[in-house]
Amino acid sequence: MAFLEVSRLDKRFGAVDVLKDINVDLEKGGFLVLIGPSGCGKSTLLNTIAGLETITSGEVRIDGHVVNDLHPSKRDIAMVFQSYALYPNMTVAENIGFALEMRGVSKSDRAAAVRDAARTLQIEHLLARRPAQLSGGQRQRVAMGRALVRKPRLFLFDEPLSNLDAKLRVDMRTEIKRLHHRTGATIVYVTHDQIEAMTLATKIAVMKEGVLQQVGTPSDIYNRPTNLFVADFMGSPAMNLLEAKVAAGGANEPRLTLTRNGSAPITLRVPESKVTPAMSAGAKIILGIRPEAITDEGSADRNARTLDTVHVLVDVVEPAGSDTLVVTTIAGKEVIARLRADAEARPGEMLPLVFNLDKAVYFDPETGQRLQ
Amino acid sequence: MRAEGSVGTGPALVSRLVIYGLLALFAVFFLLPLFVMVVTSFKTLDEIRDGNMLALPVAPTIEPWLAAWGTTCIGLSCNGVKGFFANSLLMVTPAVIISTMLGALNGYVLTKWRFPGDKLIFGLMLFACFIPFQSVLIPMAQVLGWLGLAGTTAGLVMVHVVYGLGFTTLFFRNYYDVFPSELVRAAQIDGASFFQIFRRILLPSSGPIIVVTVIYQFTNIWNDFLFGASFASGDAAPMTVALNNLVNSSTGVKEYNVHMAAAMFAALPTLIVYVVAGRYLVRGLMAGAVKG
Repeated sequence: MAFLEVSRLDKRFGAVDVLKDINVDLEKGGFLVLIGPSGCGKSTLLNTIAGLETITSGEVRIDGHVVNDLHPSKRDIAMVFQSYALYPNMTVAENIGFALEMRGVSKSDRAAAVRDAARTLQIEHLLARRPAQLSGGQRQRVAMGRALVRKPRLFLFDEPLSNLDAKLRVDMRTEIKRLHHRTGATIVYVTHDQIEAMTLATKIAVMKEGVLQQVGTPSDIYNRPTNLFVADFMGSPAMNLLEAKVAAGGANEPRLTLTRNGSAPITLRVPESKVTPAMSAGAKIILGIRPEAITDEGSADRNARTLDTVHVLVDVVEPAGSDTLVVTTIAGKEVIARLRADAEARPGEMLPLVFNLDKAVYFDPETGQRLQ
Repeated sequence: MRAEGSVGTGPALVSRLVIYGLLALFAVFFLLPLFVMVVTSFKTLDEIRDGNMLALPVAPTIEPWLAAWGTTCIGLSCNGVKGFFANSLLMVTPAVIISTMLGALNGYVLTKWRFPGDKLIFGLMLFACFIPFQSVLIPMAQVLGWLGLAGTTAGLVMVHVVYGLGFTTLFFRNYYDVFPSELVRAAQIDGASFFQIFRRILLPSSGPIIVVTVIYQFTNIWNDFLFGASFASGDAAPMTVALNNLVNSSTGVKEYNVHMAAAMFAALPTLIVYVVAGRYLVRGLMAGAVKG
């Protein structure tokens, strides 16, 4: 039995369905990331787990017990808010100790617990300050300390890093990951940043308009997205999604043709293991291929079995330091390829690109679902 | 800024002179009555009769102040205004404290514990701010009669609490409306109860609005004449009513110096509240609650 179970959860505000039939669970010590564009209901879902929002129907169970009607303070959870929600009139020590004080923990035990949490987060020197005297990163640490000190069964994070600047965000991300490893805490984490999701999660749940799109490991989500939305949402730069037509090949060897403006269409093979019944001759499908699966000849994966080389006209070259992004146009859409940093590509020139089709995924253009 | 800050020449200098000249003129204009009051209260009656109103006292005396406080006759008793001053204090202190606390509680509930119909309730309370005093006199007198509070200071306290609730609720609701709700949610998860959240989280951050409300309520209630004259007569009358009775008494000599001193007693408390509490008005105590 999973530690946290959300089953058949519905949430309506008046006539608006905010969450529709959510089913997701998390094992003890797991790290679940809820991700989706703004307004997808991910924060609402977190609040229903916290008990800050009521649910219309369905169940939330923690450690086997239904907590639907339990007050937030009785659920043995701690939450870190996007704005940190530090009490402005209290010192850092009072902030961290507040929950213990509310539970009637004695003053000396409280002080010891606060010191412990502060040591873990390296904020011992800040204990006497007020939130207004702290930097963003320090406030973030205090907010985490306030959650840690209670030693709750479940940690909830609501976009905790989105108010930090880019460098600090990366540092704190590592910090949270380290904290998770060290304490073995069970965490539910809301974000709209897919890098945070990929790096932190043991399990990712992608949401859109109140509907769960896919739940899986980061690798599942990244390599085998269940539909076009997940494919497009996860990954940066986004997956190339190209309209293609199935051309008659050998019996079990369908080929895809992709049109091009002003030059001959491209033909790409489909690896045998990925052939599905939907790939009948003449059918239209959508080919999904990540930028790193299109590269220069030197960087192509030597272990890949289905590599097709195509000569394309380079539109734009974007050197990114660690690698170089090349933009070209296929099937009427911009296609991004990720080349090694010193690859020689110049706009307006022809360039051979290698497509690693072992990494390709295929979608039904009508339903948007992955073909499998 | 530098161009405006330095003392310019030509048109800039002229406009500056005009602005400061006008400001000085109006300051004198508005301060003149106060000046006349203070000066007159330190003069003897003889000096008032043949002197210039604006002249400084030739032989300053505090006799009028002592008389106004302790011995001047109001109605039938000759004990000065001190008893009425005390009445006003006994009325204004509980009325301000109770209406401010209830307003804070209302604002807390109306913003952080929303319930169906909360907007309607707030609308009705807001409506209370715009009901003219005169229209509630008779129903209020009836209610006070039923409660057995007619003609007492306690009755007056109740009237001012009821009447002030609309304003105090409005002040606190608007202040708490922008108070981050995440703090309340965090406190809920931390296990704080309804009143613990109010007392430990909201109230300590409410300094500026409490000061605003206290100044507003104190000034209004202290200066009120209509309710005082209607609901508390005789020995229970507040300062404002007593001052009116003193000044309007039609028998004997008009002791302008004593009247002015009594008027100063009536005006002093609100002045003191402004001077003492006014500087807290602008202090922002909420800095750094959220992202800053």
